[in-house]
Amino acid sequence: MQMKMAKFLAGVAALAFAAAAQAQVSNDVVKIGVLTDLSGPYADLSGPGSVLAVKMAVEDFGGKVLGKPIEVVAADHQNKGDIAANKAREWFDRDNVDLIIDLVSTSTALAVMKVAKEKNKISIVSGAASTKITNEDCTDTNVHYTYDTRSLAEGTGRAVVKQGGDTWFFLTADYAFGHSLEKDTSEVVTAAGGKVLGSVRHPFPGQDFSSFLLKAQASGAKVIGLANAGTDTQNSIKQAAEFGITPKQKLAGLLIAITDVHSVGLKAAQDLYVTESFYWDRDDASRNWSKKFFDRHKKMPTMVQAGDYSATLHYLNAIKAAGTDDTAKVMEKMRATPVNDFFAKNGKIRADGLHVHDVYLFQVKKPADSKQPWDYYHVVQTVPGEQAFAPLAQSRCALVTK
Amino acid sequence: MIEIFGVPLQGLFGQLLVGLINGSFYAVLSLGLAIIFGLLNIINFTHGAQYMMGAFFAWIGLTKFGLSYWAALVVSPLLVGAIGMAIERTMLRRLYHLDHLYGLLLTFGLALIIEGFFFNEYGSSGQSYDVPDALSGGTNLGFVFLPNYRAWVVVASIAMCLVSWFLIERTRLGAYLRAGTENPKLLQSFGVNVPLLVTLTYGYGVALAAFAGVLAAPVFQASPDMGSKLIIVVFAVVVIGGMGSIMGSIVTGLGLGLIEGLTKVYFPEFSATVIFLIMVIVLLVRPAGLFGRVR
Repeated sequence: MQMKMAKFLAGVAALAFAAAAQAQVSNDVVKIGVLTDLSGPYADLSGPGSVLAVKMAVEDFGGKVLGKPIEVVAADHQNKGDIAANKAREWFDRDNVDLIIDLVSTSTALAVMKVAKEKNKISIVSGAASTKITNEDCTDTNVHYTYDTRSLAEGTGRAVVKQGGDTWFFLTADYAFGHSLEKDTSEVVTAAGGKVLGSVRHPFPGQDFSSFLLKAQASGAKVIGLANAGTDTQNSIKQAAEFGITPKQKLAGLLIAITDVHSVGLKAAQDLYVTESFYWDRDDASRNWSKKFFDRHKKMPTMVQAGDYSATLHYLNAIKAAGTDDTAKVMEKMRATPVNDFFAKNGKIRADGLHVHDVYLFQVKKPADSKQPWDYYHVVQTVPGEQAFAPLAQSRCALVTK
Repeated sequence: MIEIFGVPLQGLFGQLLVGLINGSFYAVLSLGLAIIFGLLNIINFTHGAQYMMGAFFAWIGLTKFGLSYWAALVVSPLLVGAIGMAIERTMLRRLYHLDHLYGLLLTFGLALIIEGFFFNEYGSSGQSYDVPDALSGGTNLGFVFLPNYRAWVVVASIAMCLVSWFLIERTRLGAYLRAGTENPKLLQSFGVNVPLLVTLTYGYGVALAAFAGVLAAPVFQASPDMGSKLIIVVFAVVVIGGMGSIMGSIVTGLGLGLIEGLTKVYFPEFSATVIFLIMVIVLLVRPAGLFGRVR
């Protein structure tokens, strides 16, 4: 009898405990919103592939956390800040979304970070690159996960100067992103002992870059830095080859994703230096995951998509470890736990929200060296996280400087 | 070395040549628009999407069916022209008696749908199309390295413009066409099948856009938004040249290419805007455009 009683009590206790644990997940569901460019210029860099990456992370985690289901929703922000902010409000207020992730293009990232802070929910930026995200506009509910313009400049700029490319001319997209990329890279180039001979700013978006390339050619600089992105970069590379500017002068792509290289083809892109925080064929772990991704998406993952996967797992693990989806506690856990997976080794999320991890300098292979589709990069060197990203002491984030 | 406002003369020649190349794209595209506007009174906002389709059909032909560049130069405009004629027969035809705005809205909507379809199918990164072997490499002209393919673009565009001009201004078919522009009812009463003439004209204008698209494929990445980047400029060219004027659009296209090229040398940030500034001035001074007649 006593035995039975004890079992009964234990059962009650277990039930009560389980109920207490479940109460820690708001609305009995953990909902992740992937807010990205599903149909515009960045749809290949992030887009549907990012949605898939987040879904894969949820599947690999088991689909449930603390006994509650995990749901993924997605929407197109069309690269417009106001649309992104409205969607974020709708998701947080009405649909019980706990985390908004991806946020490609800086204007949408900054807008959603602000809404998330106001609603006390979490935002993770994987797609956008501006250093403002963890400086002037930093929030304590945000993580900047994958890359920023500083790390791109540091990787490519320093390495190219070291390899003898000590005179630079910039081809810059004439808007905030291009200007900041040019500025960041100029600083790195000068600090490494190189010299900037000049720059030309082209209207965004452009089509024909040959006039600007001829100017770059006339400057006599050894390196032409491409401070632009997407099809602008692709067309610059293609036309530089067409006009015989490469290989006499070298190109340095300051923001190039593997999908850009895939589009341009190795014939025009060969020998180009590229900095990325992820490449599918870097080691066994990255290969394993990327092959699974490729089977479903028919394209290899970009760094933004891989970052989305890694960040989602890190977030879910933090909920599990914290025993709650409470924003402050999950953020605290995410900062306290180093990231160790196929994407980052010993990655650390700082107080300003910046995820500091190694990035890699690659050189695009020659067509003859590429053995299969998507076999595009040689690894030139690993740039340690502390070197790639700006030190905390230089941060202009109010959370750090106060 | 001789310098003009701080730019070496040799460099300037190179830049002018590049301007001429871009001008030839403007010329072929604005010619198609002008022909369509002249006879149909339709402002064909689908033109950019049809230019993009031309480039994409060439790329699809090469990668899926092994169709050579030279074959694509013929097949792609024919296909896009046929699709254009189907659009004219089923949709545009119903709008001729209405205000210009309706045609503009319909063609703009169609452009968005077509671009959306290609975004969805092929993604946002462009597709690469290699320069055909016969035209690869380049010639060093002393003042600039001219890629052979770019030289071909200028030759092919100007030839196509001249052929079109000859067709319209010097042949019997062209005479019907011009008569149809002036007074379609009277022409019909002479037993000419005007609706068929209109369909063929639209098809021809659209095929010109696709022809420019195939020419552009090896120069620019074939991407779904390549047309929308270009189309606004081309509209400005047509307005400056004079709506519906054949020679006007050809000459203006080439001329504005040169002016844009010069702007890229002296004031690059302004190069996307200069054409619109010229448009404003021309509209103030000559509202019908440089070569246009007041109707």
